[in-house]
Amino acid sequence: MNGVHDMGGMDGFGKVEPEPNEPMFHTEWEGRVLAMVRAMGAAGAFNIDTSRFYRETLPPLVYLSSSYYQKWLLGLEDLLIDKGYIAASEVAAGHAVEPAKPLKHGKFTLDDVERIMVRGKFGRTAPAPARFKPGDRVRAKNIHPATHTRLPRYARGHVGVVERDLGCHVFPDSAATESGENPQWLYTVVFDGAELWGAEADPTVKISIDAFEPYLEMA
Amino acid sequence: MTDHHHHHHDHDHSELSETELRVRALETVLTEKGYVDPAALDAIIQAYETKIGPHNGAQVVAKAWSDPVFKRSLLEDATKAVSQLGHVSRVGDHLVAVENTPQRHNMVVCTLCSCYPWEMLGLPPVWYKAAPYRSRAVKDPRGVLADFGVSLPKQTEIRVWDSTAETRFLVLPMRPEGTEGWSEQQLAELVTRDSMIGTGFPKTPGAAS
Repeated sequence: MNGVHDMGGMDGFGKVEPEPNEPMFHTEWEGRVLAMVRAMGAAGAFNIDTSRFYRETLPPLVYLSSSYYQKWLLGLEDLLIDKGYIAASEVAAGHAVEPAKPLKHGKFTLDDVERIMVRGKFGRTAPAPARFKPGDRVRAKNIHPATHTRLPRYARGHVGVVERDLGCHVFPDSAATESGENPQWLYTVVFDGAELWGAEADPTVKISIDAFEPYLEMA
Repeated sequence: MTDHHHHHHDHDHSELSETELRVRALETVLTEKGYVDPAALDAIIQAYETKIGPHNGAQVVAKAWSDPVFKRSLLEDATKAVSQLGHVSRVGDHLVAVENTPQRHNMVVCTLCSCYPWEMLGLPPVWYKAAPYRSRAVKDPRGVLADFGVSLPKQTEIRVWDSTAETRFLVLPMRPEGTEGWSEQQLAELVTRDSMIGTGFPKTPGAAS
């Protein structure tokens, strides 16, 4: 979706402000939110792409004015309500009222903690041979899906070169809407700065994205 | 003006409490419904606070600086190379290490959200997840580096890696001069988090002592 989360190339957000000796969490509740998101995802309430999609669909003003973990909290609430795990009235009351909906992998317990500290695997068996190979000139398609996509707007319509074949992966555009994993080939595609930002761009800059095969066409 | 200021202060304060209450309410609901064990949530937080962090990435970088065979395998397949190191927590799939050279500087961003190599670097800092970095890193990387007080020679190529899929990128910075004969442990102390994102350099031997 063409949301405010797709920030690459936007102007006006000001300077980057690193915080010296930044703590891992700025308040105790941030850690609770992170833990709830990880736990409910691991218990099977949602996949990582769906959770990203819910944060992206927060109203633009909310997205821009909320802190990172506030976005996680709001996205988690919306997602769990939409999928029927909790009711809005329960969150408002602060207590469970409705019966629980069974989780795909059951309750998240202490025994599950270790496995979520290892990154998930997103590689899948390829349903078809790869269409592109390193060195191919490809154009990022001019597409504007209304749902989740990982093709940033700044790359659309532009020509780059395939640098790496990263194998076949879960396709986030499908997984986010729970339409299946629909595995697709994934490539690192490199663009010249001038191709993306015009003739005035810094000639020493190159930008790469990791692009799924359905995002690309031969240039 | 004073009234205005007071109003804002109260407003901010109550907003923070609202969030805290909301988080507590959600956790109570999830617990009462039998979805999560609160002790497991404690354990997740504790694991993030103790097990992951830039020290993991620093060990990998220091080893690559000391051991050319490891460096080659790291650049070829970082997931495989790192998983063979017993002392670093398991990294999972899809890790790619990219090497800085005098000709090329690498910098990592996630313009769409906050993708970051957690197992190597810990949880990302606020600036990495915030709009200024996400918006400008791909369009004006030299300007972003200036915000960090970093400047590169004019002719150095800058390669920005936008983490748009599940691939995670670790920058292998250049080994500082004057570190001949240093142990991996000594070298690891020079490796900063930002040097592995590409928004900084490793510490130099003089500055570290």
